[in-house]
Amino acid sequence: MKLNVEELHKVAHLARLSIHAKDEESYSQALSNILNLVDEMQSIDTHGVQPMAHPMDAVQRLRTDQVTENNQRDYLQQLAPATENGLYLVPRVVE
Amino acid sequence: MLDLSLTQMAQGLAERKFSSVELTQAFLQRIQIVNPQLNAFITITESQALDAAKAADSQLEKGTATPLTGIPIAHKDLFCTEGVKTSCGSKMLDNFIAPYDAAIVTNLAEAGAVSLGKTNLDEFAMGSSNESSFYGAVKNPWDTQAVAGGSSGGSAAAVAARLVPAATGSDTGGSIRQPAAFCGITGLKPTYGRVSRWGMVAYASSMDQAGPMARSAEDCALMLQHMAGFDARDSTSIEQAVPDYLSQLGNSIQGMTFGLPKEYFAEDLNPQMAERIQAAIKELEKLGAKVKAISLPLTRMAIPAYYVITPAEASSNLSRFDGVRYGYRCEDPKDLEDLYKRSRSEAFGHEVKRRILIGTYALSEGFYDAYYNKAQQIRRLLAEDFQKAFQQVDLIVAPTTPNPAFDLGSKITDPIQMYLEDIYTLGVNLAGLPAISVPAGQINNRPVGLQLIGNHFGESQLLNAAHQFQQVTDHHLQKPALV
Repeated sequence: MKLNVEELHKVAHLARLSIHAKDEESYSQALSNILNLVDEMQSIDTHGVQPMAHPMDAVQRLRTDQVTENNQRDYLQQLAPATENGLYLVPRVVE
Repeated sequence: MLDLSLTQMAQGLAERKFSSVELTQAFLQRIQIVNPQLNAFITITESQALDAAKAADSQLEKGTATPLTGIPIAHKDLFCTEGVKTSCGSKMLDNFIAPYDAAIVTNLAEAGAVSLGKTNLDEFAMGSSNESSFYGAVKNPWDTQAVAGGSSGGSAAAVAARLVPAATGSDTGGSIRQPAAFCGITGLKPTYGRVSRWGMVAYASSMDQAGPMARSAEDCALMLQHMAGFDARDSTSIEQAVPDYLSQLGNSIQGMTFGLPKEYFAEDLNPQMAERIQAAIKELEKLGAKVKAISLPLTRMAIPAYYVITPAEASSNLSRFDGVRYGYRCEDPKDLEDLYKRSRSEAFGHEVKRRILIGTYALSEGFYDAYYNKAQQIRRLLAEDFQKAFQQVDLIVAPTTPNPAFDLGSKITDPIQMYLEDIYTLGVNLAGLPAISVPAGQINNRPVGLQLIGNHFGESQLLNAAHQFQQVTDHHLQKPALV
């Protein structure tokens, strides 16, 4: 399996990453090698096998729909790069 | 004082032979002298440690001490520590001061432990050599040309070099056991769900598990006692009582059956490693254990399955790092997409980016069945093989790694070579099993790890067997010849 440079940029966009031109070849090569490694899985017959998402097949625990956390917005927003009036600031989205 | 076990330290503190402040200062001084050679710590919290030690001393004075009161430890730098930088070894979180404590940080503090700081790791725990850390590689205390292993390499090197008597680690594919093996210490990866993941920065949520790293099984038992337990804040925490691990350590292992999986002793295994492991198995037999050949036929398939499932989960978990709410933000973003892309691309290292890309690819339209679904099916087959084995044997015995620690820089340019070295540790995580690595000798001054694997919630049995092994061997007492 070979991941070419065009596909690399497509996947990078989906992951909101950008790959510098000087790194294209090394990423493309490394990812192709990893895909070749993982293609070894295709040699195993898994017909009818239920995929395992949790090692003990446990299911999500539910809790009652009650407020259990205090509002810590101001405390937590101290970590943000830019805020104003309790909102996170990002570059303008709508012109 | 630096060589005492945790139990001996607790005794010394209780008998007032030394105070927690004296003990803490002794380790802090050792860190000052030795850490520059090893790079095991990212953050040293000296003043908080001394405050905690003073508080511990007053508790000891008042007779209100708990089992770990006044004992220094360190935390892998992916456990959130309130008011202290929690970097995950990444530029992304270089400016991140955690706003709360992880569950195990709280648990160990409540048991009285004194944290000296945060240890180095592969970036977001992705790596087997600690070379992917933004803060530079950790050096192996036995041989500073060698890697310390990863991802909990800082914790392993710190414990081996006597910078701290015990530390926390996390293990997604071997990240406690492999560095423990490379640095000649004891490290336990508990059953998935045994220890709360709350406040542990997520890598691959269906496999991440925190555990103790220390110099002996006895010390690991004492640490685990105060780390394990149900936590409603972790949606996959398992509601099951925590047994008294220490009280089981003295049990005889006479008649216990150990399974030897032939696939773990095949051509991948370095012949000198095989000799050390066989010698260790002889010791178990002398203790009255029985040994039985078993087969785990899909062992090799753990590598591809793991390197699909964990990147897939990582690509999802790491999408939270967007340059908006916390962590790194690029300069002068021209629009929102530029903000996301440049913040992430400038702050993540190559290995993290590779895994995010592989994970995104594996989950993308048209590829999901061939990769993610297939890997989860193989995961079930692997887990079933382990269950079949545990119908015949109590524990599985194997090497932790195929080779001792490799040279710094020798595998960093080829991810595949690095991944293949994880062959003996990955299956345990895919199946959610507990496993421990204990020292079993050295090859050219580089330690060898013996791995014991148990069935779900078999921590008591693992610690018992490892402790009995350490009663008749002295590999765990060997220490590196550092200053």
